[in-house]
Amino acid sequence: MIRLDQVSKTFPGTTMPAVDRVSLEVAEGEICVLLGPSGCGKTTTMKMVNRLIQPSSGDIFIDGRNTSDYDVTQLRRSIGYVIQQIGLFPNKTIEDNICIVPDILGWDRRKSRQRAAELLEMVALDPGVFLKRYPKELSGGQQQRIGVLRAIAADPPVLLMDEPFGAIDPINRVIIQDEFLKMQAQIRKTILFVSHDIDEAVKMADRIAIFRNGRLVQYDTPDNMLAHPASEFVSDFVGGDRTLKRLQLLTVRDAMIADPPRVRAADSLQQAAAAMEAHGHQSIVLVGPRGRARGYVNLQTARGGNGTVGENYEALPTTIRPHEDLRTAVSTMFRYDTQWLACVDDDGMFVGYVTLRGITHLLSETYRDG
Amino acid sequence: MDILNYIIDNWGLIATRTGEHVAIVGVAVALAIATGVPIGVAITQNRRVADAVLYAASIMITIPSIALFGMMIPVLSLIGHGIGYLPAVIAVLLYSQLPIIRNTYASISNIDPALREAARGMGLTRGQRLREVELPIALPVIMAGVRVAVVMNIGVTAIATYIGAGGLGAFIARGISQTDPRQLVTGALAVSILAVVADLALLGLQKRLTSPGLRKR
Repeated sequence: MIRLDQVSKTFPGTTMPAVDRVSLEVAEGEICVLLGPSGCGKTTTMKMVNRLIQPSSGDIFIDGRNTSDYDVTQLRRSIGYVIQQIGLFPNKTIEDNICIVPDILGWDRRKSRQRAAELLEMVALDPGVFLKRYPKELSGGQQQRIGVLRAIAADPPVLLMDEPFGAIDPINRVIIQDEFLKMQAQIRKTILFVSHDIDEAVKMADRIAIFRNGRLVQYDTPDNMLAHPASEFVSDFVGGDRTLKRLQLLTVRDAMIADPPRVRAADSLQQAAAAMEAHGHQSIVLVGPRGRARGYVNLQTARGGNGTVGENYEALPTTIRPHEDLRTAVSTMFRYDTQWLACVDDDGMFVGYVTLRGITHLLSETYRDG
Repeated sequence: MDILNYIIDNWGLIATRTGEHVAIVGVAVALAIATGVPIGVAITQNRRVADAVLYAASIMITIPSIALFGMMIPVLSLIGHGIGYLPAVIAVLLYSQLPIIRNTYASISNIDPALREAARGMGLTRGQRLREVELPIALPVIMAGVRVAVVMNIGVTAIATYIGAGGLGAFIARGISQTDPRQLVTGALAVSILAVVADLALLGLQKRLTSPGLRKR
């Protein structure tokens, strides 16, 4: 969808190229995060796509068409653009800000205003309240949401985002990132996203492009980038805790042992012990009549005891859902001082369990293969 | 009391003179806006040109009005308008350039570069950026320049009576030559009131034209 072919930029009066023979391709509907320290050429690379900066050499293609063949204003109108400073027009209402590109494209006014209202609803801002307000009446987080909506108002297939959430406080940043990812799942734009924050990159990216001194040094999926950094620079940049960062890329489901043995209240402790021994487990989950997780029994309790599971079980300290990320899972284990967690679905049904050992095993798999 | 009676007796004449006064300042400032705003916008493109233009406009304003009228007489005589309405309008037009150009230039070049980049990045042409973003944001400051020009030139126009342009200055000139305080005070009062009223009217207009999003709370 977006393809850069040997793109370079040398600014007048300098000898070192700011961007040096960068080639990369972003597939349709993917988010590519351009990552690197300041001055590495990531922003310059992005701005060459909508020709805010003219490449010195090389070609950039959007949907197979060379961007230098476009009329530059037409090109920019077909590419959404979000900047860190947001840049909402203070003289225009939220509605008119969102509709700026539809307006210059000559869309029917009713249609574009209708769309503005729909877009506001997508980010959970009440159109009745916000359409007629002015930017100064909104918080920074709300303004940046509008900035994103303005960029997608004319439904461009491609979006350029220059550190879009960089100026927002950390708590709101996470909320907006999540919201944006949810929106992206619906709108499926092809996105170039500049960031200097590895955590943001890992979270947002389908692929990460790491830049250094104008060169693209690695272009890979976040998980591969963290597991197999191509150079010392990349491994330094992604950080010493890069394996821990991978935790948030994986979900409980990835490490979950599904459909494990379980016991019911009426089962005897001997049956429970036998089931655990057969599977080499140290504990087993007690489920209710319809399959809800109720509690658990330890192997030690089961071996020595008499009577039924229903008389001897302990309550589960907590449970986790399969779609949560492993970072949350491990954090929960640490908090409850436990080595495993029972996984339940949204209805509370027991679906499997995840162990600390299973997680470490999963994380190290890629290193053994490589 | 004399003065009040004079004003009441000459109400019609005061109205006529005020009309002449407004015709000079109004037309000249309108022309000054039509020239000064584009110049102010244009010079944002080049710092050195901007400095030169603002310097020239500053020098213009230091020329005493009476001297300027005198200088124009031989030039405009060539087209038969050495005195009267035309040189008065030209003088006001020239004096108005500095506040209007300077305020336009300052307000446009002080616009947050992020706004310009956002607008450029979204594909607004130079004209669209000016119309949709830059001029609306600059408007309050430009209007402040216009108000300065109007108030200042209501004073300048009072002198224009000496080149036969009419206006409220006629009362003052006659008051001086006839040693008649009634005319003198009437003229001075009328000029002052006109300046205050014009300023307030333009302030009202400025507020109406300024987007609510730009108003300070």
